[in-house]
Amino acid sequence: MADGTIGLWTVPLAVFGGAVRVSTPFLFVSLGECITERSGRINLGLEGTLIMGAMSAYGISYLSGSPWLGVLAAGITGALLGALHAGICSLPRVNDIAVGIALMLFGTGLAFYLGKPLIEPTAARLPAIDFGWWSDVPQVRAALRINVLFLIGVAIAPILFWAFRTTRWGLLIRTAGESSDAARAMGYSVLWIRLRATMAGGFLAGIGGSFLSLFYPGSWNEGLSSGQGITAVALVIFARWNPMLCLWASLAFGGAAALGPALQSVGVTSGYHLFNAAPYILTLAIMIITCSPKRTLTGAPAELSITR
Amino acid sequence: MTTEAADPVEAVAVSPAADPGFLQRYGTTIEYILIPGAALVGALAVFGIFVALFGKNPLDLYFYMYQGAFGTWFSWQNTLTRAAPLILTALCTALPAQLGMVIIGGEGALLIGALSATSIALAIPWAPPLVVQIAMVCAGVVGGGLWITLAGALRQYRGVNETISSLLLVYIGLAILNHLVEGVMRDPSSLNKPSTREIGAANMIGSIPGTDVHWGLVFGVVAAFASYILIYHTVFGFAARVAGGNIRAAKIVGLGVGKLILMICFLAGGAAGLAGMIEVAAVQGRTNANLAAGYGFTGILVAFLARQNPLAIIPVAILLGGISASGGLLQRRLGLPDASVLVLQGIIFVFVLASDALYGRIAFLKGKS
Repeated sequence: MADGTIGLWTVPLAVFGGAVRVSTPFLFVSLGECITERSGRINLGLEGTLIMGAMSAYGISYLSGSPWLGVLAAGITGALLGALHAGICSLPRVNDIAVGIALMLFGTGLAFYLGKPLIEPTAARLPAIDFGWWSDVPQVRAALRINVLFLIGVAIAPILFWAFRTTRWGLLIRTAGESSDAARAMGYSVLWIRLRATMAGGFLAGIGGSFLSLFYPGSWNEGLSSGQGITAVALVIFARWNPMLCLWASLAFGGAAALGPALQSVGVTSGYHLFNAAPYILTLAIMIITCSPKRTLTGAPAELSITR
Repeated sequence: MTTEAADPVEAVAVSPAADPGFLQRYGTTIEYILIPGAALVGALAVFGIFVALFGKNPLDLYFYMYQGAFGTWFSWQNTLTRAAPLILTALCTALPAQLGMVIIGGEGALLIGALSATSIALAIPWAPPLVVQIAMVCAGVVGGGLWITLAGALRQYRGVNETISSLLLVYIGLAILNHLVEGVMRDPSSLNKPSTREIGAANMIGSIPGTDVHWGLVFGVVAAFASYILIYHTVFGFAARVAGGNIRAAKIVGLGVGKLILMICFLAGGAAGLAGMIEVAAVQGRTNANLAAGYGFTGILVAFLARQNPLAIIPVAILLGGISASGGLLQRRLGLPDASVLVLQGIIFVFVLASDALYGRIAFLKGKS
């Protein structure tokens, strides 16, 4: 103990620290997608949004020296991509799932294109709050270095939960998602509501991307995101479109994703790639358990094309 | 007077009346060519503006793209070589689309197909080349086929959305490939790039005589024609299209929708798995992470651009093969990053989907005005 080694405890500790770190992008993307899907549209393009967010955050942080400006830029980029998605989907006979796939490829390509000069330089990173000051063990301190964005995400979840239930905007979004006819009868433009919901979703997903490039792993490269965006979209489905459940599910996912690196840090290297695939396997497993061909999912917005 | 006045009007009405007949017969076909064509031109224009923002001359861009894709015999061969896997991975999206399913996991089926094909070739090194090749084709088709059948079965029996599950399976497939290639299947002499052992030069499928284009292109074209006949000229394909159009009607007339889903998914995955086998047996000679070159994802775009029609996939795959073939020239001559091909593909995809709104709305194709 005295020399800082805590033996096998390293693994659960690293999984905990990893859960907090790795879950943040999952959390932001799933909360964003939650808003979009509650309005009756699915945006599979958030994978591309995540990567674009990561790239623009890194670029702006590098150019301006302020990581928070980078976070803002990532959010705005995400909102613009969301507007593009909503704009194309508002055309007649256009399938929102297909547009999402297109924007996934487009966002990824654009981020790689624009991000080419950003692979070399080092940008200012986001600060972390040291909750582990009381401990002498470096692993504990490392696990408890928690980023502000994570705390913001944790705060957004209950706020969204509350907003969906009680605020006027929350009710409007849910109305558009449950019955576009009802929203139209009340004199609201469904397309307009969905545009804003998709932009808000893109904004949050972009911020999730900024976390990837500005905190963990904390650099920009083309392998930065491999499916976190799409996993987060799947996560919304089994979180039953409930922001609070999105929070718990993101934490579980972060833990699963941290398992591979955690085991590697104690010398278990065999099966490294398989452990890295844990979040995908977990998503698939949970979808298999929770979905059913007999009934539509409880809590699913009725207008959502993916559950019909 | 009134009859005389009516006559010229009628005459005017009659002379294009021959045209509406023509348009009624071919109007939809013209639409299917005209609208994606216009979307393609629009996308190229936007991409031109995009590179112009970075200080490159768009005319140079178009010239080098043409040069790199179709300008010389060499670039034609490069294009066709890339088109071969694209035809097959596009079928992986287009076949399930007949049933109304959106499968985007062709990349995963390609990787699993490649892995299965390599495994069988390494397992029977003593067999004559033809036997090895046939075994590789079978293994590739079965491996890729089962991979996508998994997504289809999850949809049929558990109601899991096939778009998301097939994409998740891509990442799982890649992890399995990396795990095996860096583990039990690793060739100890592959130091920098972990790979399996080579399948051996004798077992490679080689090139079409007189060209550098490998036989994979023929595999792809045959598969596309076979799919076309299957979908449009067999009872099975008819049943699939009925089920895709109206699943309740299909159930009422007693079609086994579940069986259709599984079989179509197997064929779709088999096509992508065959693409993986070809990449191993005609290009790489072994399995490693190089195989995840994005053919599966470009194949999705090919399928959508071809409007899920197996025959239209062939020219579209050649076109997109050309675009990716020109990437190298754009990099060398214009200094564009290699991702520019991805950007262009993304723009094309967005335009093609947005152009869906135009169908049935072009006035002169309706044969009325």
